[in-house]
Amino acid sequence: MKKEYSKDILEEIGKKFPDAVVKIHAPRRTYIRIPRDKVPALAEFLFKDKGCRLSIATGIDTRDGIEILYHFSLDESGTYYNIKTIIPKDDPQIKSIAPFLPAAEWIEREIHELFGVDFIGHPNLIPLLTAETWPENLYPLRRDYANEHKDLKLKKKM
Amino acid sequence: MRRIVPIGPYHPLQEEPEFFKLIVEGEKVVDLEINLGYNHRGHEFISPTLTWDQVPFLVERICGICSDSHPYAYVLAVEDCAHIQAPPRAQYIRTIIGELERIHSHYLWVGLAGHFIGYNTVWMWVWRYREPLLDIFELIMGNRNHYAINKVGGARRDIKPEDYSTIEKYLNLVEEKTKMFTNAVLDDPVIHARLEGVGILPLQDAIDYAVLGPTARGSGFAVDVRKDDPYDAYDKVDWDMIVFPEGDILAKAKVRLLECFESIKIVRQCLKEMPDGPIEARVDDITPGEGIGRHEAPRGEVFHYVRSDGSNMPVRHKVRAPSFMNIASNVVAVKGYSIADAALVLAAVDPCYCCTERTYVYNTKRKRLYNGQDLLELSRAKTEKYRRRYGK
Repeated sequence: MKKEYSKDILEEIGKKFPDAVVKIHAPRRTYIRIPRDKVPALAEFLFKDKGCRLSIATGIDTRDGIEILYHFSLDESGTYYNIKTIIPKDDPQIKSIAPFLPAAEWIEREIHELFGVDFIGHPNLIPLLTAETWPENLYPLRRDYANEHKDLKLKKKM
Repeated sequence: MRRIVPIGPYHPLQEEPEFFKLIVEGEKVVDLEINLGYNHRGHEFISPTLTWDQVPFLVERICGICSDSHPYAYVLAVEDCAHIQAPPRAQYIRTIIGELERIHSHYLWVGLAGHFIGYNTVWMWVWRYREPLLDIFELIMGNRNHYAINKVGGARRDIKPEDYSTIEKYLNLVEEKTKMFTNAVLDDPVIHARLEGVGILPLQDAIDYAVLGPTARGSGFAVDVRKDDPYDAYDKVDWDMIVFPEGDILAKAKVRLLECFESIKIVRQCLKEMPDGPIEARVDDITPGEGIGRHEAPRGEVFHYVRSDGSNMPVRHKVRAPSFMNIASNVVAVKGYSIADAALVLAAVDPCYCCTERTYVYNTKRKRLYNGQDLLELSRAKTEKYRRRYGK
């Protein structure tokens, strides 16, 4: 039997975080847009109070800035609560959620190296996937990368 | 005195390159560092350069063992994005292939675990009886691997009604043999002694690291997308989720072995109740928006996120394989156990993992102590010790 998603959580989020904008895409897929400084509080609410599991986070380079989605899955009802936030490219930083949620450590490191977003308060923000010789300030999943990589030269290894 | 035992990054026996830096005190592992990214293939970068229908062939090649899981999750994501519903017959076909794949992947793990602890008989038996499963794939799709069955809005190939009896015959063989291994593995006191209480991942850590699949279910963390967020035919068939609370390697092995029976049950029911009709829906265009698809792969939840702007290519396609979450939990699972157990504990999450062969242990004066072969020998010698103790 398919379970129905619970509207209560969305109502509770609406009360606790008045600037959250909720969009219901499908019965079990919801998206919550929120300013970046509220993300850790909302993530903590979903993880600690509601027992959601962090599936993963996604970074997207858009016109308005770098968009980060945190995909939280509530397994009791099979619903996704996706936290969406936009980070301006000239000030790419956001508070890390890794201090209370170890599952986010690796994905924040990945977004850090692929999009150049700084996660403030992350315990160990070193590159996860790229080589040690990867040049600094070159972010492969940003839109402007395609033009830059023609001149890409890896640094000589020490 | 602390020493570092590097495991990896390249190894011909296991598949993918990962690098584990074990920090040991004497024989005891006290810490672990994990390095990834030795084989970066850029799927997320390539995917937005391909059309919606080309991407399944690309993501199929992410993993050779679970080559159905990634395209499955991808088509579910696109169908979620564009609100497409696959016809019932296609849903049943996709479910059948997903479950057959689970059995063959669990067989692979059981075989490798047997090999690691020096039970090569288990390894050869299990891999011998994995062949009939590959024969079923060949019968249905013409390929033993990389099946190319998933398509946005349906399935690419049909299962012919005259093949049902052949598949049933193969399934009976597989069921019989699975019973044989399960009894052989679970009744053996040596395997018990070797796996029980080793590499424990406590429930709270399982939740914090958000582990998935048999790794989670072996720690009492009941996560299974097929039950939680049922898709395709999973809510129309009757089956049970296997959960064990112990968290050790034996629990994970039990979860995998018993899941094979559940998978056989699901395939049988699907074959029996398979509806008639078309196998694909007409897809006109992918509307702008975003979609999430997830499928319970043999190792846990595979997650795909796509964003569409209404053109014929995705704008962003995020892929997350279950090992990404599971491998991180090794930091907890391996601590406090002996180095002879390390190879097995690291393999217990069934990672697409690599490497003990090129391992060397040096002391501070750069004198070589062990290499990968020695580690395998250590692991096997421990089994041999137990074997003698139990008089086998």
